[in-house]
Amino acid sequence: MSPVVQLEQVERRFGAVQALKGLSLTVEAGEVLGLLGHNGAGKSTMMKLVLGILAPTSGRVSVLGEDPRGHQARNLRLQLGYLPENVSFYDNLSGREVLRYFARLKRVPVSEADRLLERVGLGHAARRRVRTYSKGMRQRLGLAQALLGEPRLLLLDEPTVGLDPMAVRDVYGMIDQLRGRGTSVILSSHVLPGVERHIDRVAILCEGRLLAWGTIDALRQEAGLPLRIHVRSEEISDALLGRLTEHGVQVVTNGDGRAHLSTAPSEKLGVLRTLLAEERLSDISMEPPTLDSLYAYFDARGRNGGQGDA
Amino acid sequence: MREIFIVAGKEFRDGMRNRWILAITLAFALLAMGLAWFGAAASGEVGFTRISTTIVSLASLAVFLIPLIALMLAYDSIVGEDEQGTLLLLMTYPLSRTGLLAGKFLGHGAILALSTALGFGIAAVLIGLLAEQATFANLSGPFSLFIASAILLGLTFLALAYLVSVVTREKARAAGLALLVWFLFVLVYDLVLLGVLVGTEGRVDGGVFRLLLLLNPTDVFRLVNLIGFEETATSSGLLSVFQDQDYPLSLLLGILVAWIAVPLGAAAALFAARRT
Repeated sequence: MSPVVQLEQVERRFGAVQALKGLSLTVEAGEVLGLLGHNGAGKSTMMKLVLGILAPTSGRVSVLGEDPRGHQARNLRLQLGYLPENVSFYDNLSGREVLRYFARLKRVPVSEADRLLERVGLGHAARRRVRTYSKGMRQRLGLAQALLGEPRLLLLDEPTVGLDPMAVRDVYGMIDQLRGRGTSVILSSHVLPGVERHIDRVAILCEGRLLAWGTIDALRQEAGLPLRIHVRSEEISDALLGRLTEHGVQVVTNGDGRAHLSTAPSEKLGVLRTLLAEERLSDISMEPPTLDSLYAYFDARGRNGGQGDA
Repeated sequence: MREIFIVAGKEFRDGMRNRWILAITLAFALLAMGLAWFGAAASGEVGFTRISTTIVSLASLAVFLIPLIALMLAYDSIVGEDEQGTLLLLMTYPLSRTGLLAGKFLGHGAILALSTALGFGIAAVLIGLLAEQATFANLSGPFSLFIASAILLGLTFLALAYLVSVVTREKARAAGLALLVWFLFVLVYDLVLLGVLVGTEGRVDGGVFRLLLLLNPTDVFRLVNLIGFEETATSSGLLSVFQDQDYPLSLLLGILVAWIAVPLGAAAALFAARRT
């Protein structure tokens, strides 16, 4: 099957500003792509290109096998769902009226709008005016809007900004459900703890360039960032320290029976065996490099590279 | 086509919810009743005055009010959606920019037309019932023409409001520009013409002067409602230059229609050419 989204060498310029430079990537059916980058990195621009709101300056954009600005654009749009960043709906209408309005525009039966309100947990507030909604409720309404018509591709621009942790969990839960049904999702985000488990692949953008693209495991491997191991023990003997140092492990102890180790990923198993052989060890926990640190690594590498070009 | 009616329906519902329709209807009804009742106060008596006096004074007040209401109703229709992010969202729906604008115009136009017809219509009915000398037969003609031209005037300024809304990027600026439009058409234009007339001691060519007046939709609206009444000379101010020369009603209404079509077309063209 051909990819749901395919970008080939896409460039987009706004006057003198080059918002996207030579961007190529694909999104497969049922895949969740996490789009990471600082403000102005080109995340929203990329989404607008996929949605057909903007045309690329050069390169090719294909969505569900169609040009998003071509003859079939209208039909294509019925299969896309979009949640823009910072959208606020019509304050004077009720949640149900807002959603029914968008449902009619998307040629979806209004009964589906009511069903979606229940699904995002707004059933009890459906008749209330949007003016009275909290930030989280507005975001849920936006999400319900994006889900109208069971889209095959969902674009969510910063869907969790300003939400409380429970609401964030709900949003991720919904993304997991959609992924299970074969919906592709492009999710732009600042780096957030906990997002790793809900995305299949990550694309890191910096100043319009794609710095890294792949599964989180692949990016971890590419970055080769140290693995952190936390150990609790009555006493950490010099002999153990010596053996650990042989594996190239850096050890920080702080006297209360805890030690923090960082090691190269390739040495992981060796280090663990060494640790497990130690009788007096009472606890051990492992922390692979977080998305946060991966992002920081690629972003720093990209920026240095960028300066090298200039 | 279907999308246009969906947008129009939503705008109309919004107008009901905001109590726009109620407020405009009440304001117009009270205004018309008040003028009919107190219109003769200047000549020392209270009570219903002649229909022609009522219409003439209504026209000279409505010419301030209707443009202001229309501009307030629609100045933020595009720039407001832009600011709150829904414009971007709507652009990802199967809805063209022109369709969105047409839907807004249809919805706002319906709000304006309904409240104008209701407000002044209620007043006309009440005057017909309460005033001895007025009958529905001699009320209906002038009032129908007044209501029709008032709606056209309202639509003209709706169209101008969309133009304002499309060329601005901030709601506050749009509000300022809308106020400026009102000021120019309703106050400044006539004042400048008057200044020219006085400054040149009336040596301006009459034809040119009349043409200049016909270029302003508010003057055209007043002219429509002054035609055919004898006492216009006393209350029509600048428009008395038209005394000796009648323009056909169809021409005047045609000018108003052009004043709707041209700004609306310009707004649609500019909106369609916009990048975001």
